[in-house]
Parts: sequence; structure tokens; C-alpha cells
Amino acid sequence: MNVLVFLVPVALLLGGFGLAAFIWALRSGQFDDPDGAAERILLDDD
Amino acid sequence: MSCCTAAAACGPAPRSDRSAASADGADGTVMELIIPSVHCAGCISRIEGGVCKLDGVRAARLNLSTRRLRVHLSDQGSGQAVIDAVEGLGYECRPFSASEAGTTVQDKQARELLFALAVAGFAAANVMLLSVSVWSGAEGATRDMFHWISGLIAMPAILFSGRPFFRSALRALRARSLNMDVPISLAVLLAGALSLDAAFRGGEEAFFDAAVMLLFFLLVGRYLDHRVRARARATVSQLLSLMASEATRVTGDRSERVPVDQIAVGDHVLVAVGERAAVDGVIFAGTSDLDRAIVTGESMPVAHGPGDAVEAGTLVLSQPLTLQATGVGEQTFLAQVVRLMEEAESGRARYLRLADRAARIYAPAVHLIALFTFIGWMIVTGGDWGRSLWIAVSVLIITCPCALGLAVPAVQVVASGVLFGKGILIKDGTALERLAEVRRVVLDKTGTLTSGQPVLSDLDMDEAVLGMARALAARSRHPLARALVRETDAGAAPEPRFSDIAEHPGQGLSGRIDGQLVRLGSRAFAGPSAEGQTAATTEIWLSVDGRPVGHAAFADVLRDGAVEAVAQFRADHLSPVLLSGDNEAAVAQAARAAGIDDWQSAQRPEDKIACIQAMMAAGERPLMVGDGINDGPALAAAHVSMAPASASDLGRAAADIVFTSDRLDAVTEAMQIARRARNLIVQNFGLALAYNLVAVPVAILGGASPLVAAIAMSSSSLVVTLNALRLRLPALSLRGRTRQKAMTAKQEIAA
Repeated sequence: MNVLVFLVPVALLLGGFGLAAFIWALRSGQFDDPDGAAERILLDDD
Repeated sequence: MSCCTAAAACGPAPRSDRSAASADGADGTVMELIIPSVHCAGCISRIEGGVCKLDGVRAARLNLSTRRLRVHLSDQGSGQAVIDAVEGLGYECRPFSASEAGTTVQDKQARELLFALAVAGFAAANVMLLSVSVWSGAEGATRDMFHWISGLIAMPAILFSGRPFFRSALRALRARSLNMDVPISLAVLLAGALSLDAAFRGGEEAFFDAAVMLLFFLLVGRYLDHRVRARARATVSQLLSLMASEATRVTGDRSERVPVDQIAVGDHVLVAVGERAAVDGVIFAGTSDLDRAIVTGESMPVAHGPGDAVEAGTLVLSQPLTLQATGVGEQTFLAQVVRLMEEAESGRARYLRLADRAARIYAPAVHLIALFTFIGWMIVTGGDWGRSLWIAVSVLIITCPCALGLAVPAVQVVASGVLFGKGILIKDGTALERLAEVRRVVLDKTGTLTSGQPVLSDLDMDEAVLGMARALAARSRHPLARALVRETDAGAAPEPRFSDIAEHPGQGLSGRIDGQLVRLGSRAFAGPSAEGQTAATTEIWLSVDGRPVGHAAFADVLRDGAVEAVAQFRADHLSPVLLSGDNEAAVAQAARAAGIDDWQSAQRPEDKIACIQAMMAAGERPLMVGDGINDGPALAAAHVSMAPASASDLGRAAADIVFTSDRLDAVTEAMQIARRARNLIVQNFGLALAYNLVAVPVAILGGASPLVAAIAMSSSSLVVTLNALRLRLPALSLRGRTRQKAMTAKQEIAA
């Protein structure tokens, strides 16, 4: 069971990393225009 | 396509910049434009590229979700140039002020909910991970440690993510009432506290996972609900263009543009051709055809001269007019209509949403059941309050309306998405529910049942005559002249050059060619004799030196789909009524063509609202479909109302639903979807109830372990959401399917 000492913090860290990334994305406005983001990938020069 | 090369010079607007749509720092401004018709990457590159090329534009970014273009202008930049550029690219656009529509507050709320949702989701996933280990048999120190870690994650998450619910529950309690958020807050907080206690004592079970999962699901519902409303509000602000806020005041031989509120009674106001009068007035100088379709519902322009009264909102067609203002501000016809509208709105009983109606019964019931469970277990166990409280909380958690919280928003999101795709915009979440309850339909004529534009019905002109007619007609703004130009082929005939072209209000146009006087206009002006003209069809004649050589007839035709829509209303026993401000003959003809038996002509705004109120009083729940300023009060008074996108600002503001398609059967389509949505909502309530009927007895008997709670909660939420998605499937009836096919075929052609 000693492996838990690593695995639980690792799991939490990874989850926390995901949460932090999401919050960063939210704060920087990346969820403001989901439809536009989907279409912009088709533009050559963006 | 390299239309965006210019964009490299100025680039897209920085995304991180989210200041309000006003001044942006000292060195420039930000303007926002609503462009309703953008839909793809091509539009993005065309518009951003085109706008970026302009002088004085620093950056431009188009938001496809809200259909707004945000332009950063330097001091040299001109907003009008941007509008002209966008319109030059073939897109309609309107300036828009974000603070007015209150969308910045909306955005902030949405972000806060999403933030709470993310935290709850993170906590739910991690706590669940630990809980699964506990359920699969972790024991002793490992279990205690897992409970502790769960608690450490869950408690801050509950306190943070639960705030929207705590706030609303507190508000309800302060108002001495119960809403759904009271049991939710109670359950989540009690479950957290008791589980913390269990962790302290090294207990076997903890409800951390259930508490955060409950929050997570409820926040999903809350966020979806918010998005429906935010989108609704965004579409309204898209459609509320700025009213004429300036007018040209004439003092002596000087004229100046001033804000409308500075015009006083007695001032002289110049109204240019193509402009709408900003104030009520009497014509002081000039004679012109006036288009009052949007004000009174009259379908054809009428000539007005000195001494005639003109209402604000009237469109001047042939010659500039000088008005002497008789009514400004509160005294205008428009202000009177607005007052009628406000009265109507305050008179309309506040509609209670289905979800609120359910909560009214559900919230007290949940509390009572939990309370009785607690008392019952206290008696059975002989005062073991810890165990009794534990079971009571498990009842609260199980009954907590995960599925109930998703039942309505999930359906509404899907429904408004489907409607949005068909060009039907819902301004108010409850409008969909109200639309499903309609028992009567009231229609306006000009601009609603009919297209509001005359259409060529008969043409009797040879090539040379047609060429002359087109050349003259192109110089006029009269709807008939415009229709003639629009509906005849440009290349069909050579268009001669005229000299001395003059427009005679109420009569027509005249011009000279090779010394001959050519007249285009009414039968009396250019036709054989004044007799034989019917009110329903309208003609224009062309004469050369007083000799009629050709004529064309026009009719105000029904909107596409009007006959189908009326037939559908009849099939649904909604007995449609036509109320119009137009004259009797025109209304009778339109009613006959559409298949409506029940019609009334020459209706003033007061008459329309009286009719609607009589229906409301009789419990007939009328749907009002209208577009004009004169329809405003009736739209506001009706149980639910719809307006075409071509409607007056006032009409669009008053209506609950706006449809952008040209077809009137958008109305029946919206009704159909509203009814299906309502059925799905009721079904979802049924599913949530059925789940409770099974789960609650189990919980009351103390059988609800955290594992059972977790499974029950997630499965019921999933079932409800999947059920809502069924709205996306085509209707099972054959008619629904063929119509859908027709729609997609049409879209393909349009694309």
C-alpha cells in the first residue's frame, strides 16, 4: 500500500493542474467564442 | 483566399482585452457592431480583413458566438466608415452598446458559474476516485486517510462552488419562503459537516462524494439555464438598434443636427427623403408620400401636404418635409404607445415557470420527509441522534433534485438551440413554456401576414415602355417604384436617359425624353381614367404625352408559408384572428387569401390591446404575432408574442420571440417545438419523480449508502439529459420529417 503515498498526491496534482489550466483558459477569454474558435481553424493566416 | 492579408498589419484584437465597449484608454475607442448574418470562417476573414484595411482601425475581432464585431479605433478612426465597410461586404450591421444591454454583467455571471462548475467537477472526480477505493474495501488507516483527503478536497470545494445556491437560499429565507436551493444548501452543508465528523471518528461512511457530485450536477443545470437566458438577452440586444436619436432643426435659414430631446413644441424640423420623422408634427412646408406601415399598419403610402399631421416613425418617401413639432417626448404617438405597453406589461400576471411550480410543491415535501425520517429514527433507535441525523441527511441528498435541476434547463438548451438553427430567437426562457399553452392566435396584417412589400402581379408593358418605366422608377423611393425596379429584369430593356425628372407626391414621376413628357404613376396621373381602381390591387401606369402606353399591377402578397401556417392554426383549433390598422378592403382581401374568417380592420393600438385583454380575461391565452409600432401594446399584453425580424424596434422589443426567416410558418414551427419541449420537460419531471419513488423509501429505511446515492444521482441525471436530447431528433410524424427535408434543401440552396 506504500505506493499510495505517491499515487494519491500525483493524482491530485494532475487534477489540480487540469483545474488550473481550465481556470487560466477561462480567465484569458478562450471560452468567450466557442463557435468562432471552431471556424477559425479553417483560416490560413491565423 | 487571401482577403485577410491586411490583417497581418493590424492583427486580431488581443483576446485578453475585455474592457467595456466604451472608451478604451486615452488613445482611442472600442466600438461593437452586431452582425446578425455571420456564420462561418469565410465571414470572419472577409469582415476582419475588410475592416482592418480601413485607416484608423487598430484591430478587429469577430465573435461568432455572439455575432459581434469588436473594433479598436484610434483617434483618426471613424465608426461610420467601419459600418459602411461591413455593409459594403454585404452584411447588415448595427452599432450596439454593451452596457445598455447589460451583457457585461451576464458575462461575468457566466464566468463565475463556469468557475464554480470547474472546481466542483475537479473535486467530484478526485473524491470519487478515493471513494471508489473505499467502496472496494479499503479499511482501517487507509480508509481514514482517504476520508481525510476527500474532506480536504471536498470542504473547500463545497464552500466555494456552493455559493450560488447558498446566496439564493438565503435570499429566499429572508423573504420567508422556500425555494429549491434551501434543501440543496441544507443537504450539501449538513452532509459535509457530518462526513467531516465521521472522518474524525474514523467512521465507515462519508458523504463527501455525494455532496460534491450533487453540486456538480446542479451547477451544470444552473449554467445551462444561464446560457439560455444570456443568449436570449444577447439576441435581443442584437435586434435593438438605436432609435433615431437626432433630428435636423431649422431656425431661420440655419439648420443643425440636435438630439431629439432638445426639440421643443413649435420648432421646425427638416425630415429628409428616406428618413423617419423623429417627432410628431404638422407639415409646415413640402408635400410628400408618407409610408406609415410601421406606425399604423397602412400598407400603401399616402400623399400628405401642409397642415397634415405626421406621427413620429413615419418614413418620408418623395420630398423633404419641414414639420412643425406638435408633440415631443411624452406627448408623441410613440410615447403613448409605450405607455399603453407598460400598462399592459404590469397588468400581465407574472408567469410562474414550470420548474418553480414544481419547486413549490417539492421543496416543502423534501423538508418534511427528511424531518419525519429524523423523528422516526430517533424514536426507533431510542435517541441515537447521530445515526438519525445521518439517515435524514441521506434522505435529503437522495431527494435533492439533481434530475429536477437538469429537467428544465437541459430541454430548454436543446430547444433554443434547435430554434436558433431555424432562425427563431427566444428572448425569454419562459416564452417557450408559454408558447406551448397557446389557445388562440392573433395576427397583424401589414408586415406580418403579408410581406409588407408590394409584389408585381401583372405587367403589361412592351420592351421600350418597360425601359422608360424602370429608368423613372429608379429615381423614386415609393414602394411601387422600388418593386417595379426590383422585380423586372435589369437587362430586359435599354433604359433611356430622361431630363427634368420630377416627383409628384401622391401621383407619380414625370420626365422628358426627346421633347415628350413621360409620366409614371397612379391611374389618375398617367392612366386612362380614375375609375376602375380597386383598393386591394395597386397599379402604376406609364403615359407618353398623356397617352397611356402600359401598366403594371401590384399586390401586397402574403408572406411565404402564411396559408400553411393558418391551416395549421385551424387544425390545432387556435381560431386565428386578423387585426389590422389598414382599410377594410385590403384587410378583407388578405384575410380571404390566407383563409382567415375572423378579421377586423382600422384597428388602433387601443382596439388591439382591448381585443387581446378580452381574450386573456376569457382564459384563451392568445399568441400575438405582429410587427408595427401599433402592435406594441398588444404584443406586450398577450400571453406570448412573436415578431418578424423586419418589425419596428418597438415591436421587436415587445415580442417574446423574434423570427428571422421570411416564412410565416416559422410561427407554427416554433409552436411545435415548444409543445415537444414541454412534453419532454413533463416527462423529465416524471422520470425524476419515478426515481424518487424508488430511492426515497430506500433512504428512509436507512439503506442509502454513499455508493447507492452516487449511482442513483448520476444515472438519473444522465437519463434526464439524454431524454432532453431527443428534441434534436426529427419529429416522428411524417409532416415533421418532410418539412425538415424541405428546410435542409433550402439551406443547401442558400449555402
